[in-house]
Amino acid sequence: MGEVKVIGGWFSPFVKRVEMALKMKGVEYEYIEVDVVNKSPLLLQHNPIHKKVPVLLHDGKSIVESAVILEYIDEVWEGPNILPKDPYERAMARFWANFIDEKCAPATRKALWSRGEEREKAVEEATQGLKILESEVKGKKFFGGDQIGYVDIIGCFLAYWFPIVDQVVGLHLFTQDKFPSLCKWADELCDNEFIKECLPDKERLVDRVRGHSQAPRSL
Amino acid sequence: MALKLKAVEYEFVETDPYNKNELLLKTNPVHKKIPVLIHGDRPVCESLVIIQYIDDVWGDGPSILPSDPYQRSLARFWAAYVDDKLLPLFKELKEEKDKDAKKGIIKKMSENFILLEDAFVSCGEGKGFFGGDEVGYVDIVLGCFVGSMRAIEIVMDVKFLDKNTSPGLVAWAERLCADSIVKDVIPTTQKLIDFIAARAQQKA
Repeated sequence: MGEVKVIGGWFSPFVKRVEMALKMKGVEYEYIEVDVVNKSPLLLQHNPIHKKVPVLLHDGKSIVESAVILEYIDEVWEGPNILPKDPYERAMARFWANFIDEKCAPATRKALWSRGEEREKAVEEATQGLKILESEVKGKKFFGGDQIGYVDIIGCFLAYWFPIVDQVVGLHLFTQDKFPSLCKWADELCDNEFIKECLPDKERLVDRVRGHSQAPRSL
Repeated sequence: MALKLKAVEYEFVETDPYNKNELLLKTNPVHKKIPVLIHGDRPVCESLVIIQYIDDVWGDGPSILPSDPYQRSLARFWAAYVDDKLLPLFKELKEEKDKDAKKGIIKKMSENFILLEDAFVSCGEGKGFFGGDEVGYVDIVLGCFVGSMRAIEIVMDVKFLDKNTSPGLVAWAERLCADSIVKDVIPTTQKLIDFIAARAQQKA
């Protein structure tokens, strides 16, 4: 079904979302690592507006923004559904994915990297967001139900990246005591064969986080 | 706009977003914001999610999103661009009191509109709307601001859409406001000007 390439950075959870979706659908692709800091020419060519990874190249056409890419992958390729088929369930999946990206991602990023009063406020906000997700996933194996779906893939940074950085910077926000259902979900998710294949090496990620703790960057 | 496009009858429940009532808090407990679409007894929140839901449920009517997956991805990209880049600047502009800072925000918005002009040309393929011959997703997502933009232009004596830099969008805005699905839905410019004045007084 055409030539598929993913332009990405090895550490980026947004890039991994795309790879997870492609693996779920059994789609073969070529991965191209690029310099996201110095914005390689390939990146500027295929994502001139945002200049960010990931970029999906399908037969030369570029699709950008990870949430948009996931919907594209689900529409183009057969295989397990990423989004539910039922319109209401689809709306709920999009709602929660949005919540994770618009509320939880910025709040958790700020909570990890800011200091002083700003950090206190960010931790409060991140905690509120995680509490809402905690009650949404309670009693379920995944946000998608029995199978991994859109919200699980979008939320994967919370399951793997966030706890790692959380420990390294010493915030200790994402704990079993505070978020037992989310921690259980994180374990289940990271144990899945498609997801596991995509997760970057923990030690390498820790080194990157430690190396950049003087100049905070995105996860 | 999306419901009108699909010719779906609905009841509009006016709600003050600044004095959140029980219905709003019950149907959107997470964000406590409008709009909320209540279909049967199930609420759907977040406008972009709602528009796609309407398109999915009322599949028989005119399509809001394109049928081709790549065109759909472009429509979603530009809708996200409007919401993530342009909308925050609108909000900033409303809150900002300093005149020079306001000019700076409007300059940033003009840069966004130049990109949207290119998007209009490529998505619409030279036709009247982002959706081509008919109003589509991006037309709705961007078009809902046209009324407020006109009101702010009059109140602040500024121009968001310039005939020189965005001729396509200037014509698009006229065309959109004349379309039957928009005319009945977007408040009149005067009503919006009065609203802006009332809000400014409340804050003062």
